[in-house]
Amino acid sequence: MILLVVEHARGNVSKSTYEMVTCARQLGREGPVTALVLGSGIMAVVNEVALLADQVLVSDRADLAQYDSELWSAAVAQVASEGDAHTILIGGSRSGREYSPRVAVKLDAPLLEDVISVTAEEGTLSAERYTNLARVTERITARAPVTVITPKQGAFAAAMPGTHAAEQFDVDLDLTARRVQITEKSAEKFSRISLAEAEIVVAGGRGVGSAEGFRNLVDELADRLGAAVGATRAVVDAGWRPYAEQVGQTGKTVQPKVYIAIGISGAVQHLSGMGRSKCIVAVNRDADAPIFKVADYGIVGDVNQIVPAIIAALSR
Amino acid sequence: MRILTLIRQVLDAEETVHIRSGEIDLNGSKLVVDTMDEYGVEQALRIRDSGVDVEVVALAVGPERNQEALRTVLSMGADRAIHVMTELALDPIPLSKVAAQIAQQERIDLIFCGGQQSDWDSHALGAATAERLQLPQVTWVSALEVHGQTLTGRHDVDDGSEMFSVQLPAVITTQQGLGEPRYPTVPNIIRAKKKELRIETLDQFHVDLKLNVLGAAVQAKARLHKILDGKDAPAAAAELVELLRNEARVIP
Ligand SMILES: Cc1cc2nc3c(=O)[nH]c(=O)nc-3n(C[C@H](O)[C@H](O)[C@H](O)COP(=O)(O)OP(=O)(O)OC[C@H]3O[C@@H](n4cnc5c(N)ncnc54)[C@H](O)[C@@H]3O)c2cc1C
Ligand SMILES: Nc1ncnc2c1ncn2[C@@H]1O[C@H](COP(=O)(O)O)[C@@H](O)[C@H]1O
Repeated sequence: MILLVVEHARGNVSKSTYEMVTCARQLGREGPVTALVLGSGIMAVVNEVALLADQVLVSDRADLAQYDSELWSAAVAQVASEGDAHTILIGGSRSGREYSPRVAVKLDAPLLEDVISVTAEEGTLSAERYTNLARVTERITARAPVTVITPKQGAFAAAMPGTHAAEQFDVDLDLTARRVQITEKSAEKFSRISLAEAEIVVAGGRGVGSAEGFRNLVDELADRLGAAVGATRAVVDAGWRPYAEQVGQTGKTVQPKVYIAIGISGAVQHLSGMGRSKCIVAVNRDADAPIFKVADYGIVGDVNQIVPAIIAALSR
Repeated sequence: MRILTLIRQVLDAEETVHIRSGEIDLNGSKLVVDTMDEYGVEQALRIRDSGVDVEVVALAVGPERNQEALRTVLSMGADRAIHVMTELALDPIPLSKVAAQIAQQERIDLIFCGGQQSDWDSHALGAATAERLQLPQVTWVSALEVHGQTLTGRHDVDDGSEMFSVQLPAVITTQQGLGEPRYPTVPNIIRAKKKELRIETLDQFHVDLKLNVLGAAVQAKARLHKILDGKDAPAAAAELVELLRNEARVIP
């Protein structure tokens, strides 16, 4: 079977799960697509995912109320072994990417990490993934009885739910106590829409000059366009914006319809988080700034003059 | 306490990636210690600087040139280094087997690993090493404190951050927010030349490769490059808005 571990948050099945279902169906490997739901109080998630998968395995228990890499990897490896899974799909989220290596080691399986495509041919899986700060596309293959795959978020289309609910089974797991204690949680807050889901992103860099400049230029333009707000690490380090808005290697990866970069130089680490956007627009006073090399449209000029002029032009 | 820091030598981010016959070619390019790994070295040194009795051991697995990376880390202040020499390109899963065996031989209490390896864009090495050693892990750590056998700190998760607490031994992967890596000073560079850099061969670790890299390509998306001169700001802005609305059709 193909085992797919359901990602969910606040009672809803995450978009990444719908994408994993597409990945599983496109794979060209035999066996039912089996969804595994781990958590506590997860009936709504189970019912939602029953319209996507061929069968649903459920472990609903108090000690799974909160994610933990050791509990999750132990649970997935047990279910995979007992069910003779040949392919295991785990989400490309931060948590998925932190426990999937443990599953691969437990099952002595290769790990196809953060893949943008994957197909099976006679026992060999071929995949593509980005490397070197998303500048290179590598083609990799794995030939093994069991393989663990994490599909890159956003790389696969979301599957359409069917009308027929798949059968559900409870699974028994043998789990030990968690060793990492969580003493406090802080959820990220976005001023508007979340970055990952936005069609338009307006992002600001050090070129906006100050926290106030960021509000007057970037927030203002984002408001006009109904866009999400992004920032560079330089802006986050300066304390002008929260880390939740950071785009790049150590922040978020986005791929909106249009990414508008205001006063951003275009460092490799920033480009790795937004360089695959469908359309890139840049405003920068330095005509040689690297951001212009990846831009579709742009203006060479001072953000303090250009951005207010753009906002004015949008009202006409 | 003994700390192991895992070191990858990678292409400097400022350098262009060269592909020759479908393979990434690092010849002639500037190579550096992965910045995410340097955060781990810095953190280990800070623990030592705080007065805890610590030995910091750096480990690199790869071709001979990795010894330059290890010398850099010794110059930052690490106590000694181990180089497992191989020309094979190991992906994180087999590489973790080497790291775990070294950690066991050296009786390591705490392992630091970069949150993301910037050559593979991978998060797997720290977690895979922790699994082989049956240790707990905390990934994307942005603040860390040691109190005896307890580590506390903050780390990034799917939709925010958490404060955590875990007992040693453990594996930590790094994130920005940890202290900025220090530069080697001249006296430390001189001292580093005399520090132990032990060389081991790969065969004793019995790794088997499960992944094959078939080819690599740089596929830059073709861009329009319609860059306007902003001397007349209102005119340039009006033209840009017109292009985005009616040519690209990406804004309302
Ligand atoms: C391990 C590691 C991880 C990293 N991760 C990230 C990451 O996730 N995200 C990220 O963004 N960075 C990351 N960085 C940092 C990255 O290398 C850059 O330092 C950062 O992206 C620069 O931000 P910036 O473009 O805002 O600032 P700068 O590089 O200083 O650029 C400012 C730009 O604004 C322009 N400008 C200045 N004033 C004006 C004006 N009045 N009008 C018009 N233009 C103006 C300048 O010409 C310049 O091009 C990382 C670095 C490392 C080492
Ligand atoms: N990697 C990170 N993850 C989460 N929050 C961060 C991170 N880096 C910085 N911050 C936040 O940014 C602020 C400044 O952090 P610092 O640079 O540690 O002083 C703090 O309030 C942190 O909560």
